[in-house]
Formats: sequence, C-alpha cells, structure tokens
Amino acid sequence: MFDKILIANRGEIACRVIKTARRMGIKTVAVYSEADAGALHVEMADEAVAIGPAPSAQSYLVADRIVEACLKTGAQAVHPGYGFLSEKAEFCEKLKKAGITFIGPDVHAIGAMGDKIESKKLAKAAGVSTVPGYLGVIKDEAEAASIAREIGYPVMIKASAGGGGKGMRVAWNDAEARDGFRSASNEARSSFADDRVFIEKYIQEPRHIEIQVLADTHGNCVYLGERECSIQRRHQKVIEEAPSPFLDPQTRKAMGEQAVALAKAVQYRSAGTVEFIVGPDKSFYFLEMNTRLQVEHPVTEEVTGLDLVELMIRVAAGERLPFGQEDVKLNGWSIEARVYAEDPTRNFLPAIGRVTRYRPPAEGKRADGSRVRVDTGVYEGGEISMYYDPMIAKLITWGPDRATATRAMGEALDGFVIRGAGHNISFLAALMGLERFGEGRLSTNLIAEEFPDGFHGITPEADTLRRLLAVALMAERRVAERDAMISGQATGQLRRSLEGWVARTGGVNHPGSVMPVDGGADVRLDDRTMAVRTGWELGDLLWTGTVDGVPMTVQIERKGTRWVLFHGGAELSVQVLTPRAGDLAALMPVKLPPDMSKFLLSPMPGLLVSVVVAEGEEVKAGQELAVVEAMKMENILRAESDGRVKKVHAAKGASLAVDEKIIEFE
Amino acid sequence: MQEIVAKLEAKRAGARQGGGAKRVEAQHAKGKLTARERIDVLLDEGSFEEWDMFVEHRCTDFGMADQKVPGDGVVTGHGTINGRLVFVFSQDFTVFGGSLSEAHAEKICKVMDQAMKVGAPVIGLNDSGGARIQEGVASLGGYAEVFQRNVLASGVVPQISLIMGPCAGGAVYSPAMTDFIFMVKDSSYMFVTGPDVVKTVTHEVVTAEELGGAVTHTAKSGVADLAFENDVEAILQTRRFFDFLPLNNREKPPVRPTADPIDRQEPSLDTLVPANPNKPYDMKELILKVVDEGDFFEVQPDYARNIITGFGRMNGSTVGFVANQPMVLAGCLDIDSSRKAARFVRFCDAFNIPIVTFVDVPGFLPGTAQEYGGIIKHGAKLLFAYAECTVPKVTVITRKAYGGAYDVMASKHLRGDVNYAWPQAEIAVMGPKGAVEIIFRQDIGDTAKIEARTEEYRQKFANPFVAASRGYIDDVIMPHNTRKRLCRALGMLRNKQLENPWKKHDNLPL
Repeated sequence: MFDKILIANRGEIACRVIKTARRMGIKTVAVYSEADAGALHVEMADEAVAIGPAPSAQSYLVADRIVEACLKTGAQAVHPGYGFLSEKAEFCEKLKKAGITFIGPDVHAIGAMGDKIESKKLAKAAGVSTVPGYLGVIKDEAEAASIAREIGYPVMIKASAGGGGKGMRVAWNDAEARDGFRSASNEARSSFADDRVFIEKYIQEPRHIEIQVLADTHGNCVYLGERECSIQRRHQKVIEEAPSPFLDPQTRKAMGEQAVALAKAVQYRSAGTVEFIVGPDKSFYFLEMNTRLQVEHPVTEEVTGLDLVELMIRVAAGERLPFGQEDVKLNGWSIEARVYAEDPTRNFLPAIGRVTRYRPPAEGKRADGSRVRVDTGVYEGGEISMYYDPMIAKLITWGPDRATATRAMGEALDGFVIRGAGHNISFLAALMGLERFGEGRLSTNLIAEEFPDGFHGITPEADTLRRLLAVALMAERRVAERDAMISGQATGQLRRSLEGWVARTGGVNHPGSVMPVDGGADVRLDDRTMAVRTGWELGDLLWTGTVDGVPMTVQIERKGTRWVLFHGGAELSVQVLTPRAGDLAALMPVKLPPDMSKFLLSPMPGLLVSVVVAEGEEVKAGQELAVVEAMKMENILRAESDGRVKKVHAAKGASLAVDEKIIEFE
Repeated sequence: MQEIVAKLEAKRAGARQGGGAKRVEAQHAKGKLTARERIDVLLDEGSFEEWDMFVEHRCTDFGMADQKVPGDGVVTGHGTINGRLVFVFSQDFTVFGGSLSEAHAEKICKVMDQAMKVGAPVIGLNDSGGARIQEGVASLGGYAEVFQRNVLASGVVPQISLIMGPCAGGAVYSPAMTDFIFMVKDSSYMFVTGPDVVKTVTHEVVTAEELGGAVTHTAKSGVADLAFENDVEAILQTRRFFDFLPLNNREKPPVRPTADPIDRQEPSLDTLVPANPNKPYDMKELILKVVDEGDFFEVQPDYARNIITGFGRMNGSTVGFVANQPMVLAGCLDIDSSRKAARFVRFCDAFNIPIVTFVDVPGFLPGTAQEYGGIIKHGAKLLFAYAECTVPKVTVITRKAYGGAYDVMASKHLRGDVNYAWPQAEIAVMGPKGAVEIIFRQDIGDTAKIEARTEEYRQKFANPFVAASRGYIDDVIMPHNTRKRLCRALGMLRNKQLENPWKKHDNLPL
C-alpha cells in the first residue's frame, strides 16, 4: 500500500479523497492554485503544494506541475478526482514515466473510451446494446437522409467530438435530416475544429441510467448497481439516485453484465461508469463510458456500503477486489442533490462570492432511520471563486426506501444554511416536492417540462403557509416578550397586551394569537389552533421544532420589521403586527418595483470585459452591448429593444456586482 | 355635569374627525395615514395621552373665524414605546393642510418643554403645507419658538423627525436641527424652495421628488438618515430605532436581555480580510457578526457609503458603530464621510453611547473637488468629534490605518480607551509603495532596488508590531474573538468617568 498520495484536484472531491486516505493511514498531498490558498482541501491535507495561478489551464490542468509536486513530496500515487486531468491519457503517461501510480484505469482504456465513435464501436463489438445508428463518417446531406431513413425517424445527429449539447440536432424527416446534418457539422467545425458527425436513433422520454463498475488488475470485474441521473439541466446532472425507480432486477442484471463485458474488453481497472440511455420500454443503449470516479458516486456507496475511493486506491496498489459479484447487495435508497452557487430564479446564472454563513445539515443517522451525508469543499468564510465549477456541496441522503430518503432530503435542504453566495437550494427542494419525482416518473426532459418558463420560486401550499405563519407569530411573541424587558420603562403605565396579532404576508392579514406554554406556544391562526413546540432562541438562524406534531425545520431571520422564513424551497416574508397596525398596513399603497428596463444590468457578479457601444449611439434589438465574464464564461449582453445609449455607467475592466448598472438608455 | 360631558364628547369627536371623512379619504388615497393613525402605530396600544385636544386658533382674518377644528392641525401628547416614555407631535394634513398656526406651534412647544423637564425623547411626525398664511407673522413666530426649543433640547433629549408629507420653506429647519430624520419614499419631500421657485430663478426643471424626496435626501444630500417604503414601515422602524436610544443625556443607554453568548466565536472572520491588501471586503459582515443576534440598525446607509454608522447591542446594551467600508472608495475619508461620522460620534457622545470603531482606512481622498470643498475643515470635524468625546471608545484596526486618517479614527492618542489590532493590521504613515517612492526617491527607476525597499518597508510597518511596541495598540486580537474582546472591553469601561475642561461650548470647525 502507498504511504503517501497526491490528490490532483480541488473542492469537495479532494476533501472526500483525503478523508478516505486518512482513514487508511495514507498521508495526503493537496495541490492548489493561487485562488485556493485558503481552501478546505489545502487545510485538510498533510502537505500542500502550490501549482500556479488561479485559471485552471495554468494550474490544475498542467500535468507537469502535478508530476513535479509528486516528485517534490514523494507521493507515490495520484488520485485525479473527476474533471481536470482525470481522463487525460497524456497525464497518465507522464505519471508512468515518472514512476508514479495513477489511481484510475490504464492509459489504453482512457484512450479507447475517450472518443465517442471509437467507444461505440468497441461497445458493439463487446456485445453491448448500442443505439441503432451509423458510426461511419457521413459524406453529405443525401447520405445523411438515407441513413436516417434506414435507422427510422426520429434520429439524432451529433458531433463526434461533441459535448455539452453543441452540434446536436433532432430530425423527424428527410428534410430535417439534411438540414440537421449541415448545421450540426458546421457547429461541430466551429466548436471543436472537427466536423465529423454521426447519426443515431433518437430516444423519446429518455432516462439516463448508469452502471458503476469496478475492476482490479487480476481480471476481476463487478458491477455495483445503477444510478439514475435523469434529472438534468442542460446536460448537467442535478439530482441522482440509486437504485433507479425504473429498473427491474432483470434489466439491472442485463445492463450490469454488459457494462462488465465492456470493461473487460478494454482491460479496465479501477472504478468506472458505463452510461446508458433507457427508453420507456426499458430498452437500453450504451451512451459512453466515464473512466473515472463520478461526481454522483456517493449514492452507490450509500446503497452498497462500499467506499469507492478506498477500493480505487487498493486496486491501484495491486490488491484484489475483496468481494465478488454475488456479494454485492443493494440496500435501501440513496439520493444526491448538487448544491450549486447559482441563482435558479435568474436562469441559473452563477452567484459566486464569499460564503458568510455556511451551516450544512448535521451528518449521520436521523430519528427515522435515514442518514444524511454532506460532501463539501466549502467552509464558512470561504470563497466560491469564479475560476472553477461553482459547486458548493453534494447533499446525500439514505433511507430504507425511496420515500424516506426523499423526505430526509427535503428536511436536510430546509436546514442547509448558506449566505453570501447565492445557491439553488430552493430549486432542489422544489424538485423534491414534485409529485412526478415522488412517483419516479423521470426523464431527462423533466426540468424543461416541469419548469417551462424557468424557475420563479415556489409558493407554499395552504397547510405549509399556516404552519410557517404560526412559527412567525411565535417568534414575534418572543420578540415582544423581550421588548417588554427593556430597561428604563415608565411607571404608572399598563402592561402592553401581547395577545392579539396579525400575520401579514402577500398583502393578506391573518389574525392570530399566541399563548405561551412550556416548550413553545399554542398559536391560533385564522380560527385554528396549532401546537408549536421548539427550543428556538432569538437570533438562531434555524428554527427546529414541531407544529401540531409535525417536525419542521425553518430558516428564520429577522430583517428590519419582517421575518423572512425559508422552508420547503419557499421563501416567505411576514410582518407580524398589532391588529391596529395590520389594518393600517392594509391601507398602504402597493408599490411596483422601479422600472429598470431603461438599464442594462449585470446579470451576475463578474468582470466587465468590454462595452462595445458608446454614449449617444443608436442600438438595435439583439445588438451586442457588453461582455461580462464570470465562471470562465463570456456572457454577451444584448439589447432587448431598439434605443439610444444615454450613459455608460461602468468601464471596461470593472468588477460588477449582480444588478449593477452597465448602460442606461434614453 | 352631564351636559358638559356631552359637550366634551362632542368636542372630542370633532377633534378625532380631523378634517372630515373626505379629507381623510384623500389622505389615504395618497398612501398616507392620518395623524392619529400614525400615533396608533407608533405608541404602545392604549398608552397615548393626548394634550390640548381643544386648542383652536385665534385668527379672525380671511374668514378663519368660522373655520375651527379642535386641535388645530396637530395631535400632541405622550405615550410609551415598549414601555419607555416619549413625547409626540403629529401634524394633521387633513386640517388646514397641517399648516402651522400660532396655536399649533404652542402645542408643539408645550410637549417639547415637558419632554425637557422629565427627560424623554421627542418624536415629530411632520406632514404640513407650511406656515398658516392667514396668520402671517404669528405663524413665523411660532416656527421660531419651535426652532429655539429644538436647539435647547439638542443634546438633552433625543429628537427624531419623521417626514411623512410636505415639509418646505422655513419648516425644514425644525427637523434639520433634530438628531435623526426619517422620510417616506414617494410621499414626503423637504426643500427650502420648491420646484416652481427653482424654475423661476435658475430655470432648472425638477420634480418635487427629485428635488427633495426621500431618495434625494438619503443618498445625495445626506440631509435625511433613512428612507422607508411607506408610513407603517417608517413608524415600525422608528419603534425599533427608539429601543437603542437612552431617554436623555443623564441616562445610560437601555439594556435588553439577550441569549447571544458574549464569547461567541466567529471563525469566518479570520478570512474576512483578503490576502491581497488591495482587495476590498465587506466591513458590514464584521459588524453583523459581532453585534447581538446580528441586529444592526444602520444610519445613513445610502450616503457616504465609504463609512458605516449605526447602532447595535453588545451584551444587551447599545453601542454606536463607526467603520470604514473598504467596498466603497477603498474606505477612505472624504468630506461626506467625515461629516456623516462626526455627527454620529457627537450624537453618541451626547447620549452616553459607547463607540466601537473598526478601522481600515487608506487615508483621505485626494483631489481638487475635495480640497476646494474644504476637506480640511470637514475632516477636522471627525477628528474633533473623536477627540472631544468622553464615552467609552474601543477601536479595532482590521487592516490599513494610514497617515492622518489613522490619527482620526479613534486612535489611542485621541483618548481611545482600548485599541486593538487584527494580525493583518498595517499602521503606517502610508502604504509601502508610496513610502518607498518618497524615502528612496533616488532609486525610482531601479525596479529591483525599489522592490527590495518596498519589501523592507512592508516587513517593518505592514504589521501591528511597531504600533504595539509603543503602546498605541493595547493588544493584537484574533478576528474570531472580536466579539468576546469587545464585550469584555465595554464591560470594563461601563463606569468610565472622563470630563472635558469647563467651557461655554467648543468651537467645532463648521
């Protein structure tokens, strides 16, 4: 076994690998860029080596730096995590040359699975079910149409070198096939400098289900069940689970065996994932093989009880798999939600920044037998930088069944406190609350179908609203009781009554009253009484307790004269007033937010790369106005309508806050 | 007696009606509450005792003899806010447009006089068209009577003005001399001369809102302290604000129990100051993390944002916070921020509120605009305010404390009681780069030499040790312990006694 390994990654995955290595008694070396000098993985590792400036192309992606770091620290092996250098064959070769072990598959397997067309050919040869299609190079439009007809419509035309949805077209007839071929190859040429495209059957209502395989260097290879990752947004996975609510044991076995066959065909070792697309009739087709540890591997660990990182390390050290296929048992259900620093109500734009409050839910066993696990690379006071993937954490729950795991996830999300940077917790909670999710009716189109106009937050249903208002009423009563204890009070005055209140939210007054009892209060609201029990104190960000016996976790903050509550993905602003103030508040005018349509605002925090219009210039709708860079992405901001530029508020090179004015129109 | 009681009831009913249902409706249509409705929200239920409900004007000209409304356009009296005594006057726009008559002014003066005698704050709810023109000079005299009382009460009892409608001409000077001015957006404005006169004289075309609305005065002129969305919000926030203030200049600030531990650690503060000394960070995070329950009431949040002023509580007791804000203009001192902070410091000193100062200041803002604008005198105001004040002063230097600005920001030399520095503190005449370019002027052009000198200077001064070795810094504290150390220091200073030499008054550089 190794004495010391280096983790060629950052963020949560680096932390996660370090945890396992430490448990195994292996010393760890972290590498970090300038932006990550204060990062959690650096603090956790036994040693840390600086490998260059913030941009990953000059640090985490520079293979030579990693090799140097190994040599300098005496690390015998490298765990690459996911992303960065994890699937770069040249990196493996460089390590090999330096006599350092790569904790992952062999160069040959990485190379074979790296090319979409090559990997499909290999899969077909290994007896793996592939999407009916044509893998050869297509000459022209006419050939494209005839191949498409042969396969049967609808078909998908895809760039060989593609990814991320670029160079992809669906065609339902000959004309569309011809068009699709032309535009896909054009796009492929401009995006990947490689205009090869291929055609395959288009699966409607597809599900993304993948098989985890694990192989050693002694010819043993097993599959560890599946993960369903159908809930995706723009090909980025959002929610993953194991097992899949869709598969039956026969299909699972068939998929597993094919995945193992493929792994064996490329002499695979270490952990790998064979991705399949699954149709509504449970037909499944090979998509690609990922020759690394997946982001979503924890759900497999939770249902199998295995530590995949440990097994990868052992396999890399030449050990045999300590179990066979028959020993692999799936137990219970596990769900993972990816918590990102992005704003779901602004089309998921990155919302990076300093994390001023960070209180993930407690890990470990819960009262109902479920478990919570948080894989994170962030800490309170840390920074979510614009240079890397804006993932904050992976929240993983396990339960004996899917419903319990889902409930645990909902409650864990309720208690996940993040301030400073934006986050998508409300969106994740909304997904957990979908009826369709509960029923397991998933497909890769789920998000597009359920949120066709984007996500605009959710409104709590009547019952939840009532409970939340009860929490707010109780909290206000605490404030009033404490207010009544302020020093310097006049004598000869009657005590202020603390009985009657009005909870005002969304322009509606809900009359109520609060009767304190031991460990909480009985709250009457709209003529119904609820037993509210809690140990909450003023100033606590988390309200935990029960309302009518139902456990609730609510994030609660007093902002000026209002309570802001967060629960079940919904944010609620409540004012608790005396009945008289409530009546008078109802007389106040409803003010519309100021009209900002005359301004171009920065949609996200970032760097203003350029402003391409000048004051006084006429602009047409759709014309490029400015470019803002954030998260390595250049976002082109365009004019929404015709107009004339009145004033340019920000100069090139300015670092912009979200909603900062860039240009004003007349 | 029954007859008298019936008459009394009739008079009371008349007074309560104000200007009548129609005018009340018009007031509501403007999004405004009536004078009495405002008092209902402001004071504890049932605590209001009204005075002078039967006062009427004495004017007989222009047919005024027939137009009398009991109370004469202003509701006055006293009540409590969370049990603490306060005097109130609330102008009634539904009665003669809230205009100020001689009798109206007398009512205001009466509550002010009483407030002074018993040592209780005065809150004025302003909603008035101006002078009662029919009364002429009697009305002007009334204003001056109020002004005089504002001045005498200044520094004796806190005075808060809520502007909830028009406040124009001479009328602005009463709120102007009170301690705090809160305005309501879209329904209040203050100016000495209105848009019509402005147009005639300077040909500028401007709306009342642009000229003197809540946003103008809280962001541009700095005349007002806070702008609120509507009447109810403004009044509820005033209640919240009131809880921070002592009742008068002989009392200590109020104490309110809290469950927030005084030794609460905040590990994230250790990473608040970025490694790069030129990178900004949000000083408000520090304030929010040290005050009780994260409850901070910021004053003038939209004006001179390079300095933060406001109230919080430490261990239940009110503290005034002054902090440079590196997010805006690098946190430098300029005319506006010096004036803003000076006024705040003087308020705290007048009312026995301890001051905590967080320092990250690169110096004074350079430029002709500043020099022509008189930064010398304005900057001196803040220096003067800190130097004369005798309340407990605790200072924490979080990063830069450069040059004269170091001296100004509640330094040890200005009788700072406890002066702490975070480990990242740099106390020096200026930044290393600037300093080296002066000391080693002959080496400019020799990059290597300059770099070496800069590093040398940084080693020597870009740390708290030189200042600490002279005792200018009492201790270097870890950021995560800031709350604990502040609570302890303020506790130690609770009974601080310090008096300035007798004088009639000082001569603050105005």
